[in-house]
Amino acid sequence: MFPPDPDSTALAFDNVSVERGGRLLWSQATFQVPSGGIVAVIGANGAGKSTLLQVILGLIPVASGHIQVFGKRPGEDNHSIGYLPQNYAVRSDHAIRAADAVMLGLNGYRWAFGRSTAGQRRRVEEALESMRAMEFAGKRLSQLSGGQRQRVAIAEALVARPRLLMLDEPLASLDLRSQREIVELLQRLHQDRGVTILVVAHDLNPVLTLLDSAIYLLDSNAHYDTINSVLDDALLSHIYGTPIEVAHCEHGELYIRSVV
Amino acid sequence: MTIRLVAVGYQGDWWAILTSPFMRDALLGGTIVALAAGLIGYFVVIRNTAFAAHALAEIGLPGATGAVLVGLPVAVGLGVFCVGGALVIGALGKRAAERDVATGTVLAMAIGLALFFNSLATKASGTMTNILFGNLLAISHAQLVMFAGLLIVLALSIGFIYRPLLFASINFQVAEAKGVPVRGLSIIFMALLGLAVTMAVQAVGTLLLFALVVTPAATAILLTARPGVAMLISTVISTLSVWVGLGVSAMFDLPPSFVIVAIACTAWFLVRVANHGVRRAPEDLTRIPTTWHT
Repeated sequence: MFPPDPDSTALAFDNVSVERGGRLLWSQATFQVPSGGIVAVIGANGAGKSTLLQVILGLIPVASGHIQVFGKRPGEDNHSIGYLPQNYAVRSDHAIRAADAVMLGLNGYRWAFGRSTAGQRRRVEEALESMRAMEFAGKRLSQLSGGQRQRVAIAEALVARPRLLMLDEPLASLDLRSQREIVELLQRLHQDRGVTILVVAHDLNPVLTLLDSAIYLLDSNAHYDTINSVLDDALLSHIYGTPIEVAHCEHGELYIRSVV
Repeated sequence: MTIRLVAVGYQGDWWAILTSPFMRDALLGGTIVALAAGLIGYFVVIRNTAFAAHALAEIGLPGATGAVLVGLPVAVGLGVFCVGGALVIGALGKRAAERDVATGTVLAMAIGLALFFNSLATKASGTMTNILFGNLLAISHAQLVMFAGLLIVLALSIGFIYRPLLFASINFQVAEAKGVPVRGLSIIFMALLGLAVTMAVQAVGTLLLFALVVTPAATAILLTARPGVAMLISTVISTLSVWVGLGVSAMFDLPPSFVIVAIACTAWFLVRVANHGVRRAPEDLTRIPTTWHT
């Protein structure tokens, strides 16, 4: 089973454990995430969700086990990964325009002066267009709303045409309309390009319609399962450490709520 | 007791002063320093290291008075302390540069040491004033050569690390994920800042350095969001401040540092006031007009 087919498998974990500051965060992670899925990363605060993304990027080494990202070691080909860190949209930079920020996602790691090429500028426009962010491409980041900044940030993650998009709390501190816009844009992106998406979300409800599976961190272990198996009252209550119920709305959608 | 009010007097022979050899050196040295300040200032502002820049200037103070004490050139002591302090701040990381209490404490210690060294040396008090407030008119040929060399190092280095440094400054985590050596860049940047501060201290002094390194860059960023253009504008403001400052100081017999700082600060103030209206009103475009709810 290991190593798996790199074309059909986005992530392959083989008995992985991760420590931070000498403390074991999670261990015994053995699963494979097929490419093309939209996968939630869920767990209680401090369970190691953001750390999981950093491990996949190779920024934090694993304590034991092996990870493959499209058949390569973590960090070996990070240009195939688009990454949106947590709280990106909270900071508002006055010094730079939206389009320049996206351009950095394409050529920011290159040394020495160099003008952007027409091809690069087209790629930036294409990424902004896919997030419907062209109308404010020329504005400073500080002039944008939180939702607009988040769309620019996702465009920055997309501009290098990644095979894997990792979004850390992309909907946090956004209003309902901005949340829905981003969910719709992600849906379309997934349909059009088949990009694999990993979403860290403390609130699953806004992204529920997108998801087909989830990595969940439970009792210091990481597991992977289909979203239908994860949407279970007992399992979710265990993950979050508080009674949780999966409710069915009248239109058939699911809704997770905390039971008092 | 009589109080004498000394009026600011116009000096008729100012053109002769401006074209004299020592003034030529001051203009040349001031221009080199202004170019260096303009180059580094942009990154000081976008990396939120303005306080660190100010701190470095004051950390240089005991270096300067200490150098006089042991008989070394002032510039050497200044350079060693500024670059050394910069490397320590850089190695501690971006967060440490923002730790106000720690930086402020180191500052107080540095200034205390400077005072101590100064009290030990007999002829150092002139140095102290020059380092605190700068003295472009006292610039030597050896210093000019050193400044020119440092400017070349600075310009080449910034040219080489420009894009990754910009990326790391704007978007630290994503830059790191894309393979930009963010910690190494942070240390290199602080070392370059140390060099620029060493030069700028000798032009406008420790206490006024902020106005030549940080203020023009902040003014430029208010005027434009294009990084290259902002660096150009900030360099132009620094250079004009130095030129006009030296000219005015020759005309009216004023301390050059004062006029230089006054020009840079006035430019910032005017742009800031003019910009106030423009910076408003972005949020309104995205107010929720729909009735959409879950």
